[in-house]
Amino acid sequence: MASVDIRQVRKAFGTFEVIHGIDVDIGDEEFVVLVGPSGCGKSTLLRMIAGLEPISGGEIAIGGRVVNMVPPKERDIAMVFQNYALYPHMTVFDNMAFSLKLRHAERSVIEQRVRQAADILDLTKYLDRYPRQLSGGQRQRVAMGRAIVRDPQVFLFDEPLSNLDAKLRVQMRTEIKALHQRLRTTSIYVTHDQIEAMTMADKIVVMHDGHVEQVGTPLELYDRPVNLFVAGFIGSPAMNFFEGRLRRDGDRAWVEAKGDLVMPAPPGVRGNDGQSVVYGIRPGHLRLASDAEQGLPAEVEVVEPTGDNTLVFCRLGDAVACAATTERFPLRPGERLRLVPQVENGHVFDAATGVRL
Amino acid sequence: MGAFMFVDTKTQRRASARAAPGPRRFRLGESRGAMGLLFMLPAAAVLLLFLAYPLGLGVWLGMTDTRVGRAGQYIGIENYEMLWTDSVFWTSVFNTLLYTVVASIAKFALGLWLALLLNRHLPFKAFLRAIVLLPWIVPTALSAIAFWWIYDSQFSIISWSLTRLGLIEHNINFLGDPAWARASVIIANVWRGIPFVAITLLAGLQTIPPSLYEAATIDGATPWQRFRYVTFPMLTPIIAVVMTFSVLFTFTDFQLIYVLTRGGPLNATHLMATLSFQRAIPGGNLGEGAAIAVTMIPFLLSAILFSYFGLQRRRWQHGGND
Repeated sequence: MASVDIRQVRKAFGTFEVIHGIDVDIGDEEFVVLVGPSGCGKSTLLRMIAGLEPISGGEIAIGGRVVNMVPPKERDIAMVFQNYALYPHMTVFDNMAFSLKLRHAERSVIEQRVRQAADILDLTKYLDRYPRQLSGGQRQRVAMGRAIVRDPQVFLFDEPLSNLDAKLRVQMRTEIKALHQRLRTTSIYVTHDQIEAMTMADKIVVMHDGHVEQVGTPLELYDRPVNLFVAGFIGSPAMNFFEGRLRRDGDRAWVEAKGDLVMPAPPGVRGNDGQSVVYGIRPGHLRLASDAEQGLPAEVEVVEPTGDNTLVFCRLGDAVACAATTERFPLRPGERLRLVPQVENGHVFDAATGVRL
Repeated sequence: MGAFMFVDTKTQRRASARAAPGPRRFRLGESRGAMGLLFMLPAAAVLLLFLAYPLGLGVWLGMTDTRVGRAGQYIGIENYEMLWTDSVFWTSVFNTLLYTVVASIAKFALGLWLALLLNRHLPFKAFLRAIVLLPWIVPTALSAIAFWWIYDSQFSIISWSLTRLGLIEHNINFLGDPAWARASVIIANVWRGIPFVAITLLAGLQTIPPSLYEAATIDGATPWQRFRYVTFPMLTPIIAVVMTFSVLFTFTDFQLIYVLTRGGPLNATHLMATLSFQRAIPGGNLGEGAAIAVTMIPFLLSAILFSYFGLQRRRWQHGGND
């Protein structure tokens, strides 16, 4: 097990730079998720850590050793690929044993390590099967077994769950997390799915256009996104945004949004009176007002009951906002209601730079 | 009630009278088997006329003493008995086997090597791949004439180059010396056959997902081990196909030999196909020529059996789809 240090790492394909100097410190035994929309450079960064892509600039160190020029097999890493990359002509056993065979490990050692990994992953019954004879979830587990058998310093996962159906994905997500809690191997996991990132990570690295937008624990990112991009990317359903101007009067601060909406700014907000801002509030922090309360006048457009939650999409000023409630109000499209934002859970971002105020 | 019944039967009768020629055609159209048979007939007719009939005729001719201009009589296996003691025939069998085995192995090795090269990221990739196909698309007779010049006893460019380099003193008699002639025709055949093997194997190589190589790299495989444990096993199904065809084409080769050497010198390059033709058409012994052609059948059948087993889906290819 080892730490991974990424220092000022750049990647260019020809003259086209896709990663612009990234710094990330990954501690020993940490489970770090690189998350971002497609094309943000997260997979490329992972492949550079694996040694499958040359590094154009900066340094990557695994366990304190700079590995820029070290070939993949000497980096002591194991990787799980999106399409599993199982050798179709080898049985499950041979797939898992392949790396040990190449290292000329003793037969008994191979046997013992493979059986142990198969036991952990519940694959013992399938050791004689070929990958084609397995279901998607089983193949996924074989791919992880191949990684476990090597007992590497770092596990790398490249969107390992995106080929699975939704239900299996949730199940495998839990299995991978449980596996990490058991083995404690440093893991770097790439995904575009922010729910996967939130549920699995010790630490999330949000990437966008080859830059790191924010690094933090899942709840840090959720509660205090440093900019508009992170605020919009993390959380489902996504945060509601309202353009407007910040107003100050002594200690009091509020946001006047388009459509004559007045949003209470959270305590401690920075910024000047009259500054153009974007006010953000998560659907769960937008409450339906009771009869006696004041609130923002809204008109129901769509109601989506999910069972434990009901999402109410309303026209609020110029924008459509989503409110999530656990109560089951009998709401109909066109109905008028009032919404109350929770003051302390509001977010204010500078409109020009997107930075949190 | 009775009136109703009357009308009823009358309508029925009228209806059946109208549809009288219909039902049979209708049933034929409904039956998938009959329709299938109908659609198969043209192809079956072509196969019977142009494959089965000539083959049957050849086998029959082989058991007659037919000569050009004279209908022959059935003589049983007399032709084969004669061939059994014919040293030229046995030379041609040996030549054919030598030609097929050496040329096929060389075509496979060089074709695979070329395919692996072409599978890399090369500049002008499409252009290079097109170039590689050239020997395959030039008509054999034309490329054979080019080789004829290359192997010419006086004007050979190879002899000329080697003399200039000071490696040899006299021109090599490529097509006049038995050993050289065998080597020369094999090289010409290999040159012509490589593109087929290379392009087919290249197509096979491109079906192997790059992530398998990446996984193998991380697993610690050297380039040779990646070839040995990933590329080669995954290529075996396509190798079985391409080598079956390659062996069949080589075994039945005719044009190249006929243009270059006509079987000479001293029958050193006579293949079964060229000997069959020579005895049957210029020699006029249609029966004997046919018998030689028929003796190729067991060899070709064994090649086909090889392909039958080679082409069977391997165990790892069974099961669900990716």
